[in-house]
Amino acid sequence: MRALRRFFIRLLNVMTICRSDERLREEMESHLMALTEENIRAGMTPHEARRHARLKFGAVEAVREHYHAEEGLPFVEIFLLDVRYAFRVLRKSPAFTVVAILTLMLGIGANVVVFGVLNAILLHPLEVKEPQSLFQIRHKPWMTGRLLTMSYPAFEDFRRRNATFSAMAGIYGYSHAKLSWQNTVISISGDEVTGDYFDLLGVQPQVGRFFHAADEHGPNSVPYVVLSDALWRSAFHADPGVVGAIVDLNKHPFTVVGVASAQFHGTERFEWPDYWMPMVNEQQVEGWDSLHNRASITVTVIGRLKPSVTPEQATDNLNAIAAELAKEYPETDNGQPLRLIHPGLIGDEGDVIRGFLWSVTALALLVLAAACANLSSLFAARTADRSRELALRVALGSSRWRLVRQLLTEAVLVSLMGGAAGLGSAYLLLGALNRWHPLVESHLVASMDARVYLAGLTFTFVSVLLCGLVPARQAWQSSPLQSLKNAPTEAMHLGRFALRDLLLGAQIAICTLLVTSSLVAVRGMVRALHVPLGFQPPGAMLVDMDLSQSEPSDGLVLEKQKAIIDAARSIPGVAAVGIVSRTPFTGGMHGIPVFRPGTTDFKLNKAALAPYVFQMSPGYLEAARTRLLSGRDVSWQDNPRTPYVAVVNQAFAQKMWGDSPAIGQHFIVSGQLTEVVGVVEDGKYHDLEEAPQPVVYQPYSQGDLGEAVFVVRSQRAPNEMAAALERALSGVEPNVPIKVQSWLDSLDGELLPSRAATAALGAIGLLAAMLAVTGIFGMATYSVSKRMKELGIRVALGAHNVDVMSAAVGRPIFLLCVGSALGLLAGIFASRLLGQIVYQANPRDPVVVGGAVLTMALLGITASAIPARRALAVDPSKLMREE
Amino acid sequence: MKQKKDVQQGTLALMVLKTLDVLGSLHGYGIARRIEQISGDLLSLNQGTLYPVLLRLEQEGAIASEWGPSENNRRARFYRLTRAGRKLLESEKRDWEQTAVIIAHFFEVKAEDLA
Repeated sequence: MRALRRFFIRLLNVMTICRSDERLREEMESHLMALTEENIRAGMTPHEARRHARLKFGAVEAVREHYHAEEGLPFVEIFLLDVRYAFRVLRKSPAFTVVAILTLMLGIGANVVVFGVLNAILLHPLEVKEPQSLFQIRHKPWMTGRLLTMSYPAFEDFRRRNATFSAMAGIYGYSHAKLSWQNTVISISGDEVTGDYFDLLGVQPQVGRFFHAADEHGPNSVPYVVLSDALWRSAFHADPGVVGAIVDLNKHPFTVVGVASAQFHGTERFEWPDYWMPMVNEQQVEGWDSLHNRASITVTVIGRLKPSVTPEQATDNLNAIAAELAKEYPETDNGQPLRLIHPGLIGDEGDVIRGFLWSVTALALLVLAAACANLSSLFAARTADRSRELALRVALGSSRWRLVRQLLTEAVLVSLMGGAAGLGSAYLLLGALNRWHPLVESHLVASMDARVYLAGLTFTFVSVLLCGLVPARQAWQSSPLQSLKNAPTEAMHLGRFALRDLLLGAQIAICTLLVTSSLVAVRGMVRALHVPLGFQPPGAMLVDMDLSQSEPSDGLVLEKQKAIIDAARSIPGVAAVGIVSRTPFTGGMHGIPVFRPGTTDFKLNKAALAPYVFQMSPGYLEAARTRLLSGRDVSWQDNPRTPYVAVVNQAFAQKMWGDSPAIGQHFIVSGQLTEVVGVVEDGKYHDLEEAPQPVVYQPYSQGDLGEAVFVVRSQRAPNEMAAALERALSGVEPNVPIKVQSWLDSLDGELLPSRAATAALGAIGLLAAMLAVTGIFGMATYSVSKRMKELGIRVALGAHNVDVMSAAVGRPIFLLCVGSALGLLAGIFASRLLGQIVYQANPRDPVVVGGAVLTMALLGITASAIPARRALAVDPSKLMREE
Repeated sequence: MKQKKDVQQGTLALMVLKTLDVLGSLHGYGIARRIEQISGDLLSLNQGTLYPVLLRLEQEGAIASEWGPSENNRRARFYRLTRAGRKLLESEKRDWEQTAVIIAHFFEVKAEDLA
């Protein structure tokens, strides 16, 4: 308490710079006077009396200093002095200050952005109760792109038989519906879930209630729907009275029972459902139900572990059940071993995402390390330049600790300013990212929360330590005698490697590694963009028009579709129009079993292949620019009364019939003996990384009429075309909502991961390149300016340009070579890591290696050109006169 | 070096407090004289060192000060003990006495006492 009171008084004194010097002086004076008088009374001469009084009182200056120290806070005052001095010093060399702050800003800013994204995706748990004990069940083999793992009956068996989960719920995340409510129809997508879902997750509704397992009494018994906060706000104006209202989902009445909280978005981070409905009512919305079909894999299973059960025990338990089921249902259940993962990141994509984010984090940290090495050597060079000043101060009685503190203050100041600038720019960048369309689509919101700020602070302080310690060490070890003798200490051991050289070498190695990885990424991206897709998105528009809702019968739908195709084709500039059931890369694709002719046993394990099956109209292949290699396209004359036909791709033909011609061959799909009438080129269908997949295209006129997307190819600009299409088609079909999009735009989502990876790695590579330039430049400039005199002497003695050059920039160039070689080696060793991040990445690629070497060489030449010119322009006579 | 000075400072503060407690309001010179007198002139101190101690005690709220006329009608600053200072003195006194007792035990101890 007393100490606190005293501290505040002292602090106040410091801040108000209020000094009671007058008071002390007066007190001391009267004290001395009194002592003198006493001495005079004791019989001394006045002169003697004054002398004795002074002796008795003690050193006046020391007392005064002590008094002032007690009065204020000397530590704070000295610190403020240091700060003021540091500001002055930094202002005196603005170029250095700006470069240092920019360097740190880039390093820290990059790290904060990367951490912000990492934080948003990996560090924030799902908004459910106890996310740690929540698991998703997957098959043991690692497989991306598939979330559905079980049939509904199998899920029920697992749920009843297991002894390790306190609850289990099934999800079908691909539910689509037309929601009709008060004369408006909107297209929404959501999750079909089993009754345990909400109770298992432990979430609460913001309005109304959720449905529960107790509500379920067999198929179509729970016509309830729960709205997401977003849908509630956009379609129902956030009206709490909507609870209890009846809405139509695909023309079946459902009661809105509740609205989920604004934080809850299901169990997938990037796919937010608009609604949740009970899986037992699947048939009403989807038109099919798989509740009793062990052969159709339609359920993603999540479960909550009992408190004392480990994931390993649970996995063993599940595998035992899987083996039992395989015995009981040998035809459908294959008893594949299972494994548990945490849900949220699209199943096994999570591993890829995590690997990518951690790798980028590591690379960003390397950038910061390089930035700090850079700054550290800049500071060291400055300290060396100031060695005479420092030596003078030591000689005049300043303590070394005081010098070190002074230098550290400068480093801290620069770091803090750099950190603040970095945080500021990261804030802006993250804000821009959050508004960027593809990321908004995937619901990735990387906001600056407390954790991100804390990370920024940590980065700043680490950089303070890294940049400040080298000059501090230098000051600590400096010898005043030598510096004052005007002997630059560096000249003493030119042959040896200084710490600075080491720093530059390390920095160049890191930069080379980063440049290599960004080149790998860019090259991977370029390759990914040139992978033959089997269709050409540029120049094509996609039109989404759901006719099945407005037309009662399939025949009429077909007629309408023909009319629409004709209308679209009559638009000037349109080259081709076709319909396909779904375009590639739209997810949710699964293989349909096909059998060889003559098969009588249509069990899954007897299937010859499980290709993706598309329905298409005549003209689709042309509109998509999928090349027909042999045979013919389907035609409107193929109908249920004529023999069933199909077009297949090369992979399908190859797998079914080897090298013999496929045209005229037969296979059985969906119970129909089908003849191959055409073969088209292979392509990519589910994702860019997939191996060649067998594919069957059936004519629309012979299949069931499900979803349909119109593909329109034209030469005209996309927005112009979109307007023309909307005009023409709404004339044909006024009451159906039309959505027109260019095919390229619709692929944004698919290309986002590799684009993001390329952008991130490219940015990091660019940063690294800039750091390498400033590092080499700083080093070369410094060594030239240090050795000006020596170079002058050499020139005066007749040295050739080559000698001068090698003396001036030889060392930075040497370091550049060694560092680059090390960095390249590191890059090659990191190839496995990089291969995981970027599609088709190969650091051993000669183009990449060559590119990296060339880049570093160019950077080196650029960075050392100016100092080298300065060295060549040395005028010995002028130099000699100078010192 | 430093350690010794600190101890001195601590004791000096205690002496100041006790002197003010006994004699009431005093100026700096008066305090110095009385301390020397009370210590039986065994203690010789640089009287100037008193002032930082007085400042410190004042900042801590143990004493208060004001200007006033001295015996020979010069302006001097008079210090007096506050209530908080009296409390501080009490507790410091107890501490010292306790320490003294403990140390005394150590001085008196003999090997046979511990057997």
